[in-house]
Amino acid sequence: MTREEPPGRRDVAVVAFAQTDVARTTDELSEVEMLMPVLHSVLERTGLKTADIDFTCSGSSDYLAGRAFSFTLALDGVGAWPPISESHVEMDGAWALYEAWTKLLTGDADTALVYSYGKSSPGSLRDVLTRQLDPYYVAPLWPDSVALAALQAQALIDAGDTDEPALAAIGARSRRTATLNSHAQLRGSVPQGDYAVRPLRTGDCPPVGDGAAAVVLAAGERARELCSRPAWIRGVDHRVEAHSLGVRDLTDSPSTRLAAQRAGAFDRPVDTAELHAPFSSQEVVLRKALRLDDSVRVNLSGGALAANPVMAAGLIRIGEAAARIHRGDSDRALAHATSGPCLQQNLVAVLEGEPR
Amino acid sequence: MPEVLKAPLVVEFPFTRSLGPVQSAFLTGLRERVVLGVRTGDGRTLVPPVEYDPVTAEEIHDLVPVAPTGTVTTWAWNHAPRRGQPLATPFAWVLVRLDGADTALLHALDAPGPDAVRTGMRVRIRWAAERVGAITDIACFEPHTGEPEPPGGGLDALAHDPVTGIVAPARLDYTYSPGRAQSAYIAGLSARRTVGERCPSCRKVYVPPRGACPTCGVPTAERVEVGPRGTVTTFCIVNIKAKNLDIEVPYVYAHIALDGADLALHGRIGGIPYDQVRMGLRVEPVWTEGARHPDHYRPTGEPDADYDVYKELL
Ligand SMILES: [Zn+2]
Repeated sequence: MTREEPPGRRDVAVVAFAQTDVARTTDELSEVEMLMPVLHSVLERTGLKTADIDFTCSGSSDYLAGRAFSFTLALDGVGAWPPISESHVEMDGAWALYEAWTKLLTGDADTALVYSYGKSSPGSLRDVLTRQLDPYYVAPLWPDSVALAALQAQALIDAGDTDEPALAAIGARSRRTATLNSHAQLRGSVPQGDYAVRPLRTGDCPPVGDGAAAVVLAAGERARELCSRPAWIRGVDHRVEAHSLGVRDLTDSPSTRLAAQRAGAFDRPVDTAELHAPFSSQEVVLRKALRLDDSVRVNLSGGALAANPVMAAGLIRIGEAAARIHRGDSDRALAHATSGPCLQQNLVAVLEGEPR
Repeated sequence: MPEVLKAPLVVEFPFTRSLGPVQSAFLTGLRERVVLGVRTGDGRTLVPPVEYDPVTAEEIHDLVPVAPTGTVTTWAWNHAPRRGQPLATPFAWVLVRLDGADTALLHALDAPGPDAVRTGMRVRIRWAAERVGAITDIACFEPHTGEPEPPGGGLDALAHDPVTGIVAPARLDYTYSPGRAQSAYIAGLSARRTVGERCPSCRKVYVPPRGACPTCGVPTAERVEVGPRGTVTTFCIVNIKAKNLDIEVPYVYAHIALDGADLALHGRIGGIPYDQVRMGLRVEPVWTEGARHPDHYRPTGEPDADYDVYKELL
């Protein structure tokens, strides 16, 4: 089956990526103070100034900060005077990238700055995330994010898809590969630890940390001017599943599979995959949904088990995949981002470098 | 490096939500110890019920009672319950498919320990002693040995006094820290000094500083003391008394450009009748004992500032 391409669609690429080190706390910095070095770093890589950017889009969450419209303060970091074309998603920055990508496809802009950030340290993340749940039937019970992931993990174990040692191996592999990633929060050997919520142990869960990331997108020739080997976005798609957990088959992720199909991920094999799997058990689900075998290098960055700054971790997956293409370490990469409990919402992007 | 400032920040909100016909029936049912599911076009029964078929998006409203007994489809042992969760003692989170339902409901299972829980085990609803029409009317599930029980009988009561809304209280606790620039500003105020930051690029001085120049998008780091005197750039007269505010109306709320600052901050003007406040009025801060910021600003008695001096700061 071939996918129908709209005639004359523009090519859009990720041309630069930057991220902060992820740390358990950054209480000496405000959001904009944490974010600004990343914005400057990503612009420096392209030689662009803030005034050169046609469109700016960000992702963050007021619930992490505990303040309404918290993203407006971060706008100071992008030089929003004189006025700029700007948008915001109350989601992971991967969805901000999706919005910027569509903006570039329309031809309304040639360059876009996408950034996202999350400071989880001021609050209790497990409790904060309960407020994104169904407010009628679920949120009043305050089931925390680890508990919901643990229900999914047990369903996978019952189905024979994994077991506790296999899950531990995923966490250990992630932190081992993260030794090559200076931005990661947990690197090297980390004890698997006690049960957080059985069957998940602390080693199956992501570290809680603060961090930010930014990418620059550019269309067509502009991308070639700004980057010697642009990471061309061949497709992006995102899908959502029923929000009621009891309706879904927690051992599968049909939304990820559909998004991957629509993004063109199955048209040809990928050599690299960056998966946003905050829990070890979720990597099992995603590998199955995305039909990834051992020939694909998965999460060489360490993934979300090594650093999971909420609202930025998905954008970082796209950035890490793109950076591998920029460096010539990958020719065709898949990047995945998730949001919501038990992989409720999933975004898949397919990136390619031109033949060398 | 100065000490990082921190303060507790509690965000509490009672969300008031109205219910559609299906959610209203379901929560009214719980109040009467009846669990209602909703039938889809292809004959499945969804519990908890929703108003639209999650597969076809078809509107659904055919309500049917299901049993208070069911089967665990997956579980997770929670040895350390958190605030707001259904039980204060260790319990299992469970998804339970009630007898007669095709989907599962999330709740808590009261069990002595993880060894007493398994997927496939039979459980029964333990009702809350006082029920109000909320998911918490199910206190939790408990292990059940025996036959499926029939649906509860109180269906007649559902027509009367239906639950039409819920109030969902929420509380989140944060430790707020204002970051480098605002910490310096707050630390300055404790010595009754107002400290701004100068942009290295456009040289403007921002107060209160936030660590970045919004025009240039670059970090600001050079600290500059401004004021204490300043000029009213614009103002309004407040005639409505705010709740919990101990200030008599009418009063004047103004933008004040402190001397040396390139951004006006805001404050209340006192020491002058409200109808005599004007643009260009020269003012100075009035501190009260133990206060963390100026209580208000009052006229200095100097001649008014010339419009050209502050027009850029409006
Ligand atoms: Zn400036």
